[in-house]
Amino acid sequence: MRVPGWLLPANTKARVGVAILACYVVVAVIGPWFVESVLGLHATGISNDALLPPSGAHPLGTTQEGQDVLAQLVVGTRSSLLVGVVAAAISTVLSVLIGLAAGYYGGFFDSTLNAVTNVFLVLPGLPLVIVLAGYLRGSGGPMAVALVIGLTGWAWGARTKRAQVLSLRNRDFVLNARLLGESDIRIMVREILPNLAPLISSTLMLAVVGSILAVSGLDFIGIGNIDSVTWGTMLYFAQSRQAIASGAWWWYIPPGLAITVLGAAAALVNFGIDEVVNPRLRVARRGRSRRSKNAVGAAAVRTAVGPDERQAS
Amino acid sequence: MTSVADGGPVLEAAGLTVHYPVHRGPIGGRVVHALDDVTLTLHPGRIVAVVGESGSGKSTLARVLAMAQQPTAGSVRLSGQEVRLRSRRARREYASRVQLVLQDPFSSLNPLHRVRYLLARPLALHAGVRAEAELDRRIRGLLERVALTPAERFIDAYPHELSGGQRQRVAIARALAVRPDVILGDELVSMLDVSMRLEILNLLSGLRDEERLAMLYITHDIAAARYFTDEIAVMYAGEIVEYGPSEPVTQAPAHPYTKLLVGSSPDPGREPALDGDDDDLGEPPDLVAPPAGCRFHPRCPFVMAHCRVSAPPRVDVDAGRWARCWLLVDEVEPTPRQTT
Amino acid sequence: MNGDLLLDVDGLCVQYDMPGGAPLLAVSDVSFTLRRGEILGIAGESGSGKTTLITALLRLQRPPAVTVAGRARFFPRDGEPLDLLHADARTLRRLRWERIAVVFQSAMNALNPVQRLSSQFVDAVRAHRRVSKAEARRRAERMFELVGIPAGRMRDYPHELSGGMRQRATIALALVCEPDVVVMDEPTTAVDVVMQRQILRQIARLQREAGFAIIFITHDLSLLLEISHRIAIMYGGRIVESAPALALHRDPRHRYTVGLRDSFPPLRGPVPQLLGIPGTPPDLRRPLPGCSFAPRCAHSTADCEATVPPLQTEAERVYACIHPHRQAVEVQP
Repeated sequence: MRVPGWLLPANTKARVGVAILACYVVVAVIGPWFVESVLGLHATGISNDALLPPSGAHPLGTTQEGQDVLAQLVVGTRSSLLVGVVAAAISTVLSVLIGLAAGYYGGFFDSTLNAVTNVFLVLPGLPLVIVLAGYLRGSGGPMAVALVIGLTGWAWGARTKRAQVLSLRNRDFVLNARLLGESDIRIMVREILPNLAPLISSTLMLAVVGSILAVSGLDFIGIGNIDSVTWGTMLYFAQSRQAIASGAWWWYIPPGLAITVLGAAAALVNFGIDEVVNPRLRVARRGRSRRSKNAVGAAAVRTAVGPDERQAS
Repeated sequence: MTSVADGGPVLEAAGLTVHYPVHRGPIGGRVVHALDDVTLTLHPGRIVAVVGESGSGKSTLARVLAMAQQPTAGSVRLSGQEVRLRSRRARREYASRVQLVLQDPFSSLNPLHRVRYLLARPLALHAGVRAEAELDRRIRGLLERVALTPAERFIDAYPHELSGGQRQRVAIARALAVRPDVILGDELVSMLDVSMRLEILNLLSGLRDEERLAMLYITHDIAAARYFTDEIAVMYAGEIVEYGPSEPVTQAPAHPYTKLLVGSSPDPGREPALDGDDDDLGEPPDLVAPPAGCRFHPRCPFVMAHCRVSAPPRVDVDAGRWARCWLLVDEVEPTPRQTT
Repeated sequence: MNGDLLLDVDGLCVQYDMPGGAPLLAVSDVSFTLRRGEILGIAGESGSGKTTLITALLRLQRPPAVTVAGRARFFPRDGEPLDLLHADARTLRRLRWERIAVVFQSAMNALNPVQRLSSQFVDAVRAHRRVSKAEARRRAERMFELVGIPAGRMRDYPHELSGGMRQRATIALALVCEPDVVVMDEPTTAVDVVMQRQILRQIARLQREAGFAIIFITHDLSLLLEISHRIAIMYGGRIVESAPALALHRDPRHRYTVGLRDSFPPLRGPVPQLLGIPGTPPDLRRPLPGCSFAPRCAHSTADCEATVPPLQTEAERVYACIHPHRQAVEVQP
């Protein structure tokens, strides 16, 4: 499958991050089918092979109830990723809409939206999510949890986007568009939003990771839907079934690692995402030369014969 | 281009006043006097330069004429009709006849759009051109008019791939796309390299001669104004203090401020006179509390008692030329600056 | 100007290291001299290398800019000549501000906004001289008066002063240690034409009284013609012409100088049809084997494009052009 050139950032860190994320996506898409049909491992079926360490038949061992850990991990990837992406999408869309409208229109509209944003900022996030999720008690499935996380996590993003829109709104090209008679919606979507894209994309990755952490946290506490298989519920059961005390490391380390590596991959991708979105940066590939270090006091002079200059002042 | 009766003015500013409220401390009601009672007319095929320092109000004047800002008092007339923009459609119609081109070529073009999009928008909005082929043809025509050829090199470029002069030419092409009657230019060349300025000035000159556009050219460079504009309006502290044909105004200025401007401009032709009198020429005026009487009196070398008390009227110096100065009224010999 | 030699720059080359490619040659083989009390103007447009030249001379450049060749000898009144490019950090720190001062573009915005002017001045003086606070303040007040700011304004914060005053304050700050050379990079670009003339007058007067040398960098050639003794024109990282100011204006040699001079509409006399200089500035990442001005020059030939023209000397001027401009001898009444 040929990936369009502009999609691959030149930054090595970002490439590694994209590669890792791609693996996760592949696992999420075909993993459950593959593990069930090809490997014959079951995530939920209870069997008598309790707490078996990793072996040929069970590459990551089994749980207390004889469920295969690898199968659970793979199924959990799909549900965790899905919830994370949906929650991040909801919170990003909300933050863009509110930030854009507030920053562009200003005045009374802006003040009202600002007040709403401030309320949501002040509300303690995690307790609110716990309360709402607990209220849902698993009804509505993982999508309900995603909705809750999305609806409570948009406020900070809205603030930063509004600030960016405020500065963009005063740029000459926006004035020009207004004088030309472009409609407000058109200006917001075609003139301002593309310039907002770097900000959106850099926070999107972090939003995804944050949502996955939030979901996993909820599941771990036991407030999520315990019937579903996610990384968080794996950890919940591992903890409640004394996996640590039993020394069943194969049960609690894989899900924890899955979350951590995903977070690291998202952070790596962030390094290169600016380039993808901003055409100006596409020309200048790769960041600063490795040789540039800040010289303090006196800049170095590179000549054939010359004293060494690195002296802190 | 809508037809305009020959000889009649196409855009007029009458008594334009712009005051911005200043919120400072418990005392309310203070305003920044950005523009005070400014009257100006633009005719087809003529360029009027507005010359002044920063804070003189020239940029505000351009913005009000472009209807980007509402004046506090006074009116703007287009082809004799007073302009009142109530709807977006009215605004669009106004934009199809009066276009504003701004100073900074780096920020007046959206960096994420190619030249093709930048020029297609006004064509689509105002000329109703949406068919691909027609758009392409018109865009190429516009690029040719501003001498950005071969068009292939520029049509798919991003703004950051062009030089400052090329960007400014794209901005002018964008303004020309709607086939306006009036172009208002705000310091179009100040941010460009010196060697690139003349190509823009010559382009504007050509547009005046060949297409009979009416233009307002705002600048702080009086020598450039003399080079290619027909009339010069000199602004100080929000008022026009002198107005007239470019050559007489620069060669024999009537108002003391114009004399100061002309005398301060770099002029390699004259003898180096930097060892002149080191008199303090004063600070720019405070627009919140402008000086009483003639606003220039604190800095005027010929100030008289009268100037401190009442604002001078408009005095005709010649045909089509006037200035606001008591010296012209009293016909007294100018006395050196009186120290209080 | 026949004062003693103060600064002798020879073959300075500064480049920007570009990742994964050839370096960008910002300054190539620049040589010039500065005498005591001389005002040298350096004119050039964006990309000519004039600012890089100055930051490299004072060793203030930031990576990826690197000085790769050249010598810059400074001749203090007492003591041995020093090579600025190879001096150690301690010597440099002593030289800066005391012997060589700099006023950068928009320096007025570089004043500390939360410190009163008086304390900024006192700090600057006491960093270089062992004087009491009172003495430092006296010196600062004297400097202020010299640049035309009432001494009472010293207790103000920078934002309480107008732009022109702030710029004069930064010039006063540069002069407070009575340096031998003041380098000014576009000191009047951000102020109005009237204030510009006032500031230039004051600089000229101070220069006559104190006798320091000035390196005045700007894109505004017409300004240089009024204040400088000598003018050097930079293009594409090189000095393409250097001559006494009047000679450069009346009878330039290099084609770029002619074009630059003719890019300024005259305020008096007949109004000619001016054309400026067609084309765009050179791309320093892809330097040409020959004259970097050749693509824009109406008189260029194959020879111009083959090799970089060498600097020729003619009386008091140097220029790098093999088809120089020669004017018929004229007499200006």
